[in-house]
Amino acid sequence: MASLAILPEALEPAAATAAVLSVAGLRKSYGGREVVGGVSFTLAPGECYGLLGPNGAGKTTTLRCCLGLTAPDAGVIRLLGEPVPARAREARTKVGVVPQFDNLDPDFSVAENLRVFGRYFGIGDAETRRRIPDLLDFAGLAGKEDARLATLSGGMKRRLTLARALVNDPDLLLLDEPTTGLDPQARHLIWERLKRLLQQGKTILLTTHFMDEAERLCHRLAILDAGRIVAEGAPRELIAAHIEPQVVEVYGEDAANWARGAGQSLARRIEVSGETAFCYVDVEEVAPLLKQLAQLPALRTLHRPANLEDVFLKLTGRELRD
Amino acid sequence: MNNFLSPPSFSWRAIAVWRRNFLVWRKLAIPSVLGNLADPMIYLFGLGYGLGGLLPQVGGVSYIVFLASGTVCASTMNAASFEALYSGFSRMHVQKTWEAILNAPVALDDVLAGEWLWAASKATLSGLAIMLVITALGFISSPLALWAIPVVFLTGLCFGALGLIVTALAPSYDFFMYYFTLFLTPMVLLCGVFFPVEQLPALLQGVAGQLPLAHAVRLVRPLLLGEWPSQAGMHLAALLVTALAAYWLALLLTRRRLLK
Repeated sequence: MASLAILPEALEPAAATAAVLSVAGLRKSYGGREVVGGVSFTLAPGECYGLLGPNGAGKTTTLRCCLGLTAPDAGVIRLLGEPVPARAREARTKVGVVPQFDNLDPDFSVAENLRVFGRYFGIGDAETRRRIPDLLDFAGLAGKEDARLATLSGGMKRRLTLARALVNDPDLLLLDEPTTGLDPQARHLIWERLKRLLQQGKTILLTTHFMDEAERLCHRLAILDAGRIVAEGAPRELIAAHIEPQVVEVYGEDAANWARGAGQSLARRIEVSGETAFCYVDVEEVAPLLKQLAQLPALRTLHRPANLEDVFLKLTGRELRD
Repeated sequence: MNNFLSPPSFSWRAIAVWRRNFLVWRKLAIPSVLGNLADPMIYLFGLGYGLGGLLPQVGGVSYIVFLASGTVCASTMNAASFEALYSGFSRMHVQKTWEAILNAPVALDDVLAGEWLWAASKATLSGLAIMLVITALGFISSPLALWAIPVVFLTGLCFGALGLIVTALAPSYDFFMYYFTLFLTPMVLLCGVFFPVEQLPALLQGVAGQLPLAHAVRLVRPLLLGEWPSQAGMHLAALLVTALAAYWLALLLTRRRLLK
């Protein structure tokens, strides 16, 4: 088997061969509506790669295609050296998945959840039992072996889902909105654990719509909108390439009027959302702008460096996506 | 991954799915078995003694003995159906258990095969429990009755697969009521569980003869009474073909539902 697999790989470019996951020209339509429209990206070993996008951008469909659970209409996917969907099942042996919605087994204790999941990978009960203390320790659930699922908080369930995704010691982790619905303490704990996994050399593919999460964790990311990648790169590169470096947020009932009038000459670009005007400016423009605003006490201001959320909103727009 | 129309694939990985369901069952085994026994036993004793007292022999034996073998089949059918419908739907749609399993190196074909075998296994436990009770009561005495066990398992496969078809199509739990009232309840009344099929008008006899439960009753009743069934090959083949065809259809519909 191994010798056969070497042949076609030798014909591919080196980058694609070394990649943990490579997706090229992925397309998927449902009932004539294109959900993924030509998505390509590659994950290098040890990298954390983010897929960012509003609801309905095609993130989850892309992940499903990568796992071989959805057959793409077009495109080539290789997951851990295996062609997907043809040999997706084999590839999933070394993949761990944290799904968007909790699907732990409510009938089982914490330890049983891990043991039963290990069996799906062909891992014997004795082997899983040996790994359980380490997995629970990692997930901050030490001593919870026999706890019933109903007694766990949302954050604990999420961490148990992460522990479950590690039961097969995967090379690649796919995380679909891993911290949605968690409180800040629980989110920070998950981030810290994911960083530890990256230090151990694991590769991570993450979908999120939390910009701070992406900025903190991702080496590189792609912004997905309406099934297409509209920007790709390191978080800092994206901020530098797509947006003015400084932001002055102006709040108040008159903010919109000010933005349409006096503001126009002071900022190179202003976006208005409700009672807030976001002024995107260069470093040297900040001081004159703040000086002018200081004379308008009805308006409150906040000056900050541009961040990924500004890039995201610029590229995907401010309208709601439901 | 499978093409939607490709034939079912079977692998040992289905066993891991079966074992998951078995572990859940084991935690609740005693209430589960007692719950599965209570309903058929009430029918058996209520009708068997109450109605049976008014009747001469039915099919050459006392009514309660006649009814006991029918109850084994009806109870097997019910247990397989409940497992494939309510429990299966819960794991597929509500708890998303299948979704979790599909992220591991287990194919949907394995998940469905595991569910199918589990529904048949649980149905067999249910049928066996009733057989043990009626043996203890002295209604069964022939060792030929042991041959009823594989027939009960096959009946479980048959109704487990039919149930999985309905589950694959179900938008919610309420949908199952149609299947029970339009399919399973008429089958219990037509297929010789409570009275010999020969009591029915000729037209209904013809319909009843085609139904899977009738084939199960035609096999199980003589075996429990210590006789070899007539036309056993035909009845076995009918159950087997129904089970396999229904399973294949259930698999196609489940693939269409989940692998889109």
